[in-house]
Amino acid sequence: MSYDETRIGELLRRLPPAPEGWVRAAQELPLARLGLDSLVRRAEEDADFRRRLVADLEAALREEGVEPEPAVVDALRRRFQA
Amino acid sequence: MASQASDAALVARCRAGDQAAWSELVERFSRYVYAIAVQAFRLQYSDAEDVFQEVFARAYQQLGKLRDDAAIKPWLGQLTRRICIDRLRASARETPTDEVEPGGVDQTLEELDEAFAVHEALRAVPEHCQEVLDRFFCRDESYATIGEALELPAGTIASRISRCLARLKDLLEGKKPATSAV
Repeated sequence: MSYDETRIGELLRRLPPAPEGWVRAAQELPLARLGLDSLVRRAEEDADFRRRLVADLEAALREEGVEPEPAVVDALRRRFQA
Repeated sequence: MASQASDAALVARCRAGDQAAWSELVERFSRYVYAIAVQAFRLQYSDAEDVFQEVFARAYQQLGKLRDDAAIKPWLGQLTRRICIDRLRASARETPTDEVEPGGVDQTLEELDEAFAVHEALRAVPEHCQEVLDRFFCRDESYATIGEALELPAGTIASRISRCLARLKDLLEGKKPATSAV
């Protein structure tokens, strides 16, 4: 294929970086998922832990050493409302 | 900057649970997914963000279903397209319109595919070329800003961009890159 420098420049311009926060959130998916999965599994198996979690999600997460970031809290709320 | 790992190798590592590989996969395709949402489907910022996260969430969940690891890019492209259309359909229910897809989507997608190929070729040029071309063309930084970041005179930036572009052109045309330091 034949390219001139102007065309290469135009094509490079077509792919600006996505916003940093979006990329970071997508990159952290596995970590968030792992954290959520183990917490959800434990809440399903341990009624006492589930009660504590539902009563005060943020505090229960902190006790478990998990930073109660809004995305994590929202996801867990949705999970337990389902 | 970007690694030389093939798409197929990266996907295989992701499937094996390698989080660094997932991070790299997101980095490699984030611009492509973003460009489809914003340029081809002209989504608003918040809709584009939702689509972006949904694409990678589904990709993460469904990576095991991918039949050909090397086909990750067209697979992600199709996934992004479907999710953009779903988003536009949901908006159209609130404001009914006959056609949800904006005009010219196919042509824009073709251009973005070509742009992605050129961007991928960047991975094969030296890091200092990747950086200067990315800053100037993709991030739209001025010579002065780049010069400040790289601690180089602005005039040097202009000539470096020119030489790096020539190097990328040779690479795209299948010519052996010049051996001189660019």
